[in-house]
Amino acid sequence: MFRGGFTTHDPQVSPTGPPVESRRSFLGVLLGLGSFFVGALLAVPLVRFALFPLLRRTTETKNSPLGELNELSSLTEPVMHTIQMEQVDGWRKAISEKVVYVTKDSQGQLCVLSAICPHLGCTIPWDGDKKQFVCPCHDSVFAADGARISGPSLRGMDTLETSVQDGQLLVRFQYFRQLVSDKEVIG
Amino acid sequence: MRGNAFDNKGESGPSPRRGSGLWDWLNRRTGLDDLLRSALDEPIPGGARFAYIFGSGLLFIFISQVITGIFLALYYVPSADHAHTTVAYITKTVTAGSFLRSLHAYGASAMVVVLFLHLSQTYIYGSYKGRREILWLSGCVLLSMVLAMAFTGYLLPWDQRAYFATAVGTNAVSEVPVIGEYIKRLMRGGTEMGTLTISRFFVAHVFFIPACIFALVASHIFLFRKAGAAGPMEEDPYNPKEEAELFYPRQVLMDLSLTALLIAGLGLLCFFVPMQLGPPANPADAQYVPRPEWYYLPIFQWLKYWHGSIAIVGVLVIPTLLVLAVLALPFLDRSVERRPWKRPIAMAAYSIVVFSLVGLGLRSRYLDRHDPGVTLQLAKQQAEEDAYMRKPFEPELSSASLAAANVTLSDPLAAKGKTIFEGRSCSACHGDGGVGTAAAPALVGISAKFSPDQLAALFKHFTPKMKAGGMPAIDLPPDDLKALIAYVESLK
Repeated sequence: MFRGGFTTHDPQVSPTGPPVESRRSFLGVLLGLGSFFVGALLAVPLVRFALFPLLRRTTETKNSPLGELNELSSLTEPVMHTIQMEQVDGWRKAISEKVVYVTKDSQGQLCVLSAICPHLGCTIPWDGDKKQFVCPCHDSVFAADGARISGPSLRGMDTLETSVQDGQLLVRFQYFRQLVSDKEVIG
Repeated sequence: MRGNAFDNKGESGPSPRRGSGLWDWLNRRTGLDDLLRSALDEPIPGGARFAYIFGSGLLFIFISQVITGIFLALYYVPSADHAHTTVAYITKTVTAGSFLRSLHAYGASAMVVVLFLHLSQTYIYGSYKGRREILWLSGCVLLSMVLAMAFTGYLLPWDQRAYFATAVGTNAVSEVPVIGEYIKRLMRGGTEMGTLTISRFFVAHVFFIPACIFALVASHIFLFRKAGAAGPMEEDPYNPKEEAELFYPRQVLMDLSLTALLIAGLGLLCFFVPMQLGPPANPADAQYVPRPEWYYLPIFQWLKYWHGSIAIVGVLVIPTLLVLAVLALPFLDRSVERRPWKRPIAMAAYSIVVFSLVGLGLRSRYLDRHDPGVTLQLAKQQAEEDAYMRKPFEPELSSASLAAANVTLSDPLAAKGKTIFEGRSCSACHGDGGVGTAAAPALVGISAKFSPDQLAALFKHFTPKMKAGGMPAIDLPPDDLKALIAYVESLK
């Protein structure tokens, strides 16, 4: 049986092995290392649990349908559409409605514009009489294809990524940095 | 004094080595070595035994419960609106969430099991004898705290199982005469279970009871070291005569074997049979058959037998007498005899209580299995739980989105107004559905303040505050203006 504390300074020599003290301190190191490794192993799920939001994108954007491609291709001027965007924030989600315009670019191809003004973020209405987009906040003016005409905005209206699936035009809504001359995705 | 390391050999012998390493420096500053020595050099009369491993096992589970509990609080929200969603998020979405939640939930059961073993060992070995009255009392209070933790924690997921078990549990309290109803309302934070009940249970589970447990565990260990280990059942509880062996290393290794068993057992259980979560609590469900967690089944079954005028006997008199008898044990049983075969009354009492508890629990299970109606309903509830677990996690719709989505647009005029509201970028500042943003106030509920005519006037002549806020002029044809007003008035 082991006797005495591990500060014993007159090591008892056991008949078969090394002095008791060295055997005990060896055991101590072994136990310390063992506890450390078991503790580290147990900490793995804790760390993974705590880091989950950093390793997983919390905001996911989905493609929203805008309508039949055939019907849309016959349009003559920009048409406003309201799409629903789902933003997932941890265990909750917010559904916000975003306004986009389906229009034709300079080559006559269908394109989708974000209605958010690249100047300061107001929603830009289509002025059917002037055949222009006119921002109500600071009077930035854009052409039907979204190109900048006049006003404080530094760039034209932002085009959104589109795709076609089963004859449906889909759009992926994104936010862009305001007050800069080049389109730059944020969030 | 036994059990006090400050007068062991290390102090009276040559002074500690004066090394130059980091450990020695740390030692000179903190006295860590003395602390470690006082923890490890506890003498155990009669030597190390597997019978003594349960106390440190409990300490290990308690620490595990504290750590897993703190991590679960990273995502949990204690409110009737969000509790279930957040637990579902933890269980179904967060990495290792199901594992940690299972560890916390099964940990509670493990705590009850090891606590029972610890209590039984103390009782059977007569280790409460010999100046250990306060040690015993602190252990009794700790037992009640652990049961209270299990009870309060059970409600927090706010699923069907949790809700109805707690409804029954708090109802049982109201059977106590005179003050029962009041205590029930105090626990629930009202007459019915609701979000205030969650808050109360959460605060009890996370702040109040753990603080008490920390203090009591510290005093329990202190009192234990003060009285010294009682040793084997043949030992004199006052003046141990058997040769003592130090806690380290053999007893430490034995204790660690239980810890290893707990880690392996709980780890495998949580990995292969993770804790389920049922559908969210539905207080309107009249069919639900509530069943408590296994360790509360005996009490659940016991209460079934006591109704009407004699209810007071079963609900109050017998439990009170039992609790008082347990508390008074070291004061009543003053003999130094510790061997169980020489303590027939104590052993008979122990057997009766344990057999009664096990019997009541088994009886409850038996009755459930032999009542076709209950069996069917319990199977249905289990099936609902399984079905809920298979469904992917569905995030909760934020209240602002709900307000926006709920705008009633049965009125075509308001629907037209909505298009104008969005098209004219009103939502850029006033938010989707007029919920408000940092740039401009919410318009929801504005109909209570302004009639349509007042709004029309306001739209023509802005207040100074509106002008200062940068509200652009509303330049609309009369029909569109009417539609816009109809929409704004509809925002509720």
